[in-house]
Amino acid sequence: MMNRIKNLFANKGDKRILSIYYTAGYPTLNSTVDIAEALEKAGVDFLEIGFPYSDPVADGPVIQHSSEMALRNGMTLDVLFDQLKDLRKRVNIPVFLMGYVNPVLQYGVENFCKACAAVGVDGTIIPDLPMYEYEEQYQTVFETHGLSNIFLVTPQTSEERIRKIDRLSTGFIYLLSSSATTGKNLTVSENTESYFSRIRAMELDNPTVIGFGISNHDTFVHATDHADGAIVGSAFVKLLDDPEYSTKIAPFIQQLSPSVP
Amino acid sequence: MSKYQVNDNGYYGDFGGAYIPEMLYPNVEELRQQYLAIIQSAGFQEEFDQLLRDYVGRPSPLYLAERLSDRYGANVFLKREDLNHTGAHKINNTIGQILLAERLGKKRIIAETGAGQHGVATATVCALKGLQCVVYMGAIDIQRQAPNVARMKMMGAEVVAATSGSKTLKDATNEAMRDWINNPVDTHYIIGSVVGPHPYPDMVARFQSVISAETRKQLLEKTGRETPDYAIACVGGGSNAAGMFYHFLDSPEVKLVAVEAAGKGVESGESAATTVLGREGVLHGSRSLLMQTDDGQVVEPYSISAGLDYPGIGPLHAWLHKTKRATYASATDDDAMQAGLLLTQLEGIIPAIESAHALAQLEKMTFAANDNVVVCLSGRGDKDLDNYMKYFGF
Ligand SMILES: Cc1ncc(COP(=O)(O)O)c(C=O)c1O
Repeated sequence: MMNRIKNLFANKGDKRILSIYYTAGYPTLNSTVDIAEALEKAGVDFLEIGFPYSDPVADGPVIQHSSEMALRNGMTLDVLFDQLKDLRKRVNIPVFLMGYVNPVLQYGVENFCKACAAVGVDGTIIPDLPMYEYEEQYQTVFETHGLSNIFLVTPQTSEERIRKIDRLSTGFIYLLSSSATTGKNLTVSENTESYFSRIRAMELDNPTVIGFGISNHDTFVHATDHADGAIVGSAFVKLLDDPEYSTKIAPFIQQLSPSVP
Repeated sequence: MSKYQVNDNGYYGDFGGAYIPEMLYPNVEELRQQYLAIIQSAGFQEEFDQLLRDYVGRPSPLYLAERLSDRYGANVFLKREDLNHTGAHKINNTIGQILLAERLGKKRIIAETGAGQHGVATATVCALKGLQCVVYMGAIDIQRQAPNVARMKMMGAEVVAATSGSKTLKDATNEAMRDWINNPVDTHYIIGSVVGPHPYPDMVARFQSVISAETRKQLLEKTGRETPDYAIACVGGGSNAAGMFYHFLDSPEVKLVAVEAAGKGVESGESAATTVLGREGVLHGSRSLLMQTDDGQVVEPYSISAGLDYPGIGPLHAWLHKTKRATYASATDDDAMQAGLLLTQLEGIIPAIESAHALAQLEKMTFAANDNVVVCLSGRGDKDLDNYMKYFGF
């Protein structure tokens, strides 16, 4: 299953990879797969589907709100895996599940990995599952089920640690534009420039994707000047507030990344 | 090494660790690498001891409460943390952490607070050291602990309302963590209890351990024995209990009793009795016991006492509970309010409602005539006068 994500980056050529994050069960409980399908049609390269948590400490107000509403709508991991049963009949691009570790623990790590593999999820992003705990208790189960677990890097992450993350990663490395909660706007400065250049100069084995604060065409282009791809989260989740959102997905993706068809 | 001490990986048995996003890693790692060397250095210890003595007013008295003793048929000693500067045990920890933050070169301090005692204790040490201070406090707690909000503001702290979730301590902690993520270089987060990622639980327990270190000496003077038969403390996150238990953990003859807030009753749906209602889980950076749904969503706790209104307990307590080294009991709102009034009328001491939970436990126990019982009187009740007045209709 890791092949879907490997192929994406291996065959990308000059393409700027675009990924979208959104929260499962928001704006309505059953919107999850419809939105995935619409995003693929609009030309998005891969997806991060958030499973909501009551205490999302790494998230800003927009994703906090979508998580709270999704929980109120009745979203749980059980419901999500049920919704994703037919995912691979409708969606071909790579899909990652993103969320916090506690719901995974309660679901059972092994059960969670099995369920991901069964519905065709390619990997996971679990920000509060640090590398040390992953290696000690999770890595074997994740790899047995062919899941690619993604690690985050910030401007404060040491070179030694980035090398270690590179060795442990099997999909891509998620570069945070700055140490921040989600939903802050990327401000381009000498600091971000030198951070992105420093990472590029490291010639990592894994592709890099920049996320947090990418909200429009300019920030998307800037990020993808420095990395293989970029991830848009809060800006897209905000769009879903609009009752007419389904008609606005394609134009939104179009203005972000005009190069896509 | 004692089986009750944290191991090199930050665990107490199955509990603890550092479940933090990468954004917090550099700060938490810096602390992990340096905290022991700093707090064990001679310069630190000298300044810590001096401030605890001259500024906080330590050692806090160990008071033999005679009328309370008569009532319960045992020697009941109160460890008077309520007499500390700022009125609770919380200042032991904030003094320690501000000295640490200074040595790490931090310029800005953030904290979460429930009852406001930790917020006040943090604002106090920031005023003392001239550091910028931002305190996150649940919007509901801001209402129920108004005097403490005023005290923090007077000391120059900015008090920011946490308006998400239940608008109490858990949500204030979320906001403080978000602040730390967004300010990764110059800021130190002074956590107020033995919760959070390693090394916080161990660090806070060490700073609070002065409570039991003093108690041992004071008991020796007063009873001829360094250890009591019972040590009793309330548990929100568990810092005053950790401090009260610390130097007795390896004295198995001391029975340790922790008292959680049962709110309107353990099974009422409005409670904060984590050891009964919780299961293993991860919140605020550590693996511990946690009140949660089957899907792993954190359940909103309830207690009349803002300082105990938290859905988890520190990993040390989860371990003491699992190994049965300590007994975990609970007291309802009503139990605690009655116990608070009783102490006021028998001894002329108005306790914090948090501490009144520990006192309520005395009613439920039977003692042998010469038993020595130490109750940690973690704080004073000035901040709770409004609650007492409303509850009893004074
Ligand atoms: C007086 C007092 N006691 C106890 C507590 C509970 O905290 P902990 O369990 O960390 O001692 C608080 C918290 O605000 C408090 O103010």
